[in-house]
Amino acid sequence: MQATEARAPAAMREMFYNEALGDALRLEMQRDERVIVIGEDIAEHGGAFQVTAGLFDKFGSTRIRQTPISELGIVGAAVGAALTGLRPVVELMYVDFAGLAMDQIVNQAAQNRFMFGGQARVPMVLRTQGGSGRGNAAQHSKSLEAWFAHVAGLKLVMPSTPADAKGLLTAAIRDDNPVIFLEHKLLYRTKGQVPEGEHLVALGRADVKRAGTDLTIVTWSREVLFSLEAGARLAADGIEAEVIDLRTLVPLDRETVLGSVRKTHRLLVVHEAIKRGGYGAEIAAMVAEEAFDDLDAAPKRLAGLETPIPYAQHLETTVVPQIDDIVRAAKELVG
Amino acid sequence: MSAIDRPTALELYRVMRTIRAFEERATQLFGENKMWGTIHSYAGEEAIAAGVCAHLRDDDWITSTHRGHGHCIAKGADLGKMFAELLGRETGYCRGRGGSMHIADTSKGNLGANGIVGGGIPIATGAALTAKQLGTDQVAVSFFGDGAVNQGTFHESLNLAAIWKLPAVYVCENNQYAESLPVKRAFAVEDIAKRAEGYGMPGMHVDGRDVRAVHAAAGEAVARARAGKGPAFIVADSYRHEGHYYGDPRKYQSKDEIEGWRKQFDPIADARAWIVADELASAADLDAIDRDVAAEIDRAVAWADEGPLASPIKLPEDVYAGD
Repeated sequence: MQATEARAPAAMREMFYNEALGDALRLEMQRDERVIVIGEDIAEHGGAFQVTAGLFDKFGSTRIRQTPISELGIVGAAVGAALTGLRPVVELMYVDFAGLAMDQIVNQAAQNRFMFGGQARVPMVLRTQGGSGRGNAAQHSKSLEAWFAHVAGLKLVMPSTPADAKGLLTAAIRDDNPVIFLEHKLLYRTKGQVPEGEHLVALGRADVKRAGTDLTIVTWSREVLFSLEAGARLAADGIEAEVIDLRTLVPLDRETVLGSVRKTHRLLVVHEAIKRGGYGAEIAAMVAEEAFDDLDAAPKRLAGLETPIPYAQHLETTVVPQIDDIVRAAKELVG
Repeated sequence: MSAIDRPTALELYRVMRTIRAFEERATQLFGENKMWGTIHSYAGEEAIAAGVCAHLRDDDWITSTHRGHGHCIAKGADLGKMFAELLGRETGYCRGRGGSMHIADTSKGNLGANGIVGGGIPIATGAALTAKQLGTDQVAVSFFGDGAVNQGTFHESLNLAAIWKLPAVYVCENNQYAESLPVKRAFAVEDIAKRAEGYGMPGMHVDGRDVRAVHAAAGEAVARARAGKGPAFIVADSYRHEGHYYGDPRKYQSKDEIEGWRKQFDPIADARAWIVADELASAADLDAIDRDVAAEIDRAVAWADEGPLASPIKLPEDVYAGD
């Protein structure tokens, strides 16, 4: 760590979120020939969200391995490749398609190491994207992180900024475990300053994206951006919200969450996924168990309505928390 | 059929006899309530694992099934560690975390038995992808039953292996039943091997009780894969002597069928007959192998029984690597 801190700060460049992910893939593929990318439309087309743009020309068809539409086969082949020495990165076009591949994710990738008594490693990354906001309707818009968080053996990452996307993807590729890496379709064209060259963000560390004293907002993925907007509006009304971006849901950075709640005494969890059985329940329960005496109010969850994601734009924004909703919920909690 | 020499014949016989003896002892231990969970006996199907694995090196890979003891033994596993796993010991292959349905031996390229029907097929395909990607001449073999041929993993994997020309061999052990469903009610085609044509790879159909036939077909398929000529699909007809699992009431089979087929489909009795008839060895030579195998099983069980029970304290350590 000392050496890293002593190094000159990395040059920064403004990048889109999808470019930052592509940058991480490019650097890791250069660094380690065992890293391959496998998925649909990832070659000449550059991926449905242009994350692999340019990589096919650079690395060719064996390392940017475009597949038929065959999610179960793709994920299963990645599990086998990971067990035998490669470090595959799967691109699954929509998280909604994970159902097609769930046996290989849950019964194979996640559990092989444990079932085999520690004999195996499954160093693979399953990149996919979720979330609403583009009129793609119910089969292409879900937020399914709770499915994966419930499975022992998986790690779970959900970056909200281009810099985190690059640093976390790099760390995920170097991790010796299956990592579910959930991007958000409306973050791909967001911009931010990203360190050039090697950039690592350790898995399992939350990031305080806004410091505050009056309440703690715990959130992830696109709702981080909404929560920061809400935080600015709340500040205008004299309420200072601390916004914690979990970044990694598994393993969970409990200390950062608990430390913040012990300071602000109020917890609001915000996520896009439906509330029932959502990961917000895990955060609220953990805080209630570990920091009950520090709370001045019951933990509050603001999350998606318990419906499939509807198509029409005005309906779509109704079912997931918007900036106004966060401001309102924060005021209720503080008031 | 290519002639089999004496050392090969004796080795195939020894492996088959070891598998049978292992299954008999495992069944006995289960009956004595020394094991937990369930077991699925491979008795009757020994010729397939023995005939195929005879062509594999330690660095070749296999994926196996819930009926996996035979593949594990044929791929060179330590019998003591296998019994220790069944008995829930720290000295078992999976330190009591996996049991019969999840025994793996990665040091010998065995990527595991699998509790999901068809679950190993894409994994073997991925192993073959590793060989192709890294430019080695390793081969991956996936064993599965007739039931798995109707799973999506079969279709998706064979297609991927064919379009990428992967060094994979897919071996269907047609033991006539997918759990309780007879194969005739699960397929509208008579010859399952014909499906290979739809993927653009050779399909071979062999008598899975004849270890010579399995050995010959697998030799061709493995050599082809190793030479970079792509995957193949082998269907080996067989019959499982026991039920789907220990204690299966077998209501879907008649007593006549069970007794008749058990005699008709005994690869070990058959092997004894042709080995002696072809004068590759005498009955006394084979009896000596039987005695050696029995002694080895006794030693393995005794070793397993001495092992400590698997420790619960270490359970969380094996969930994630590097933690």
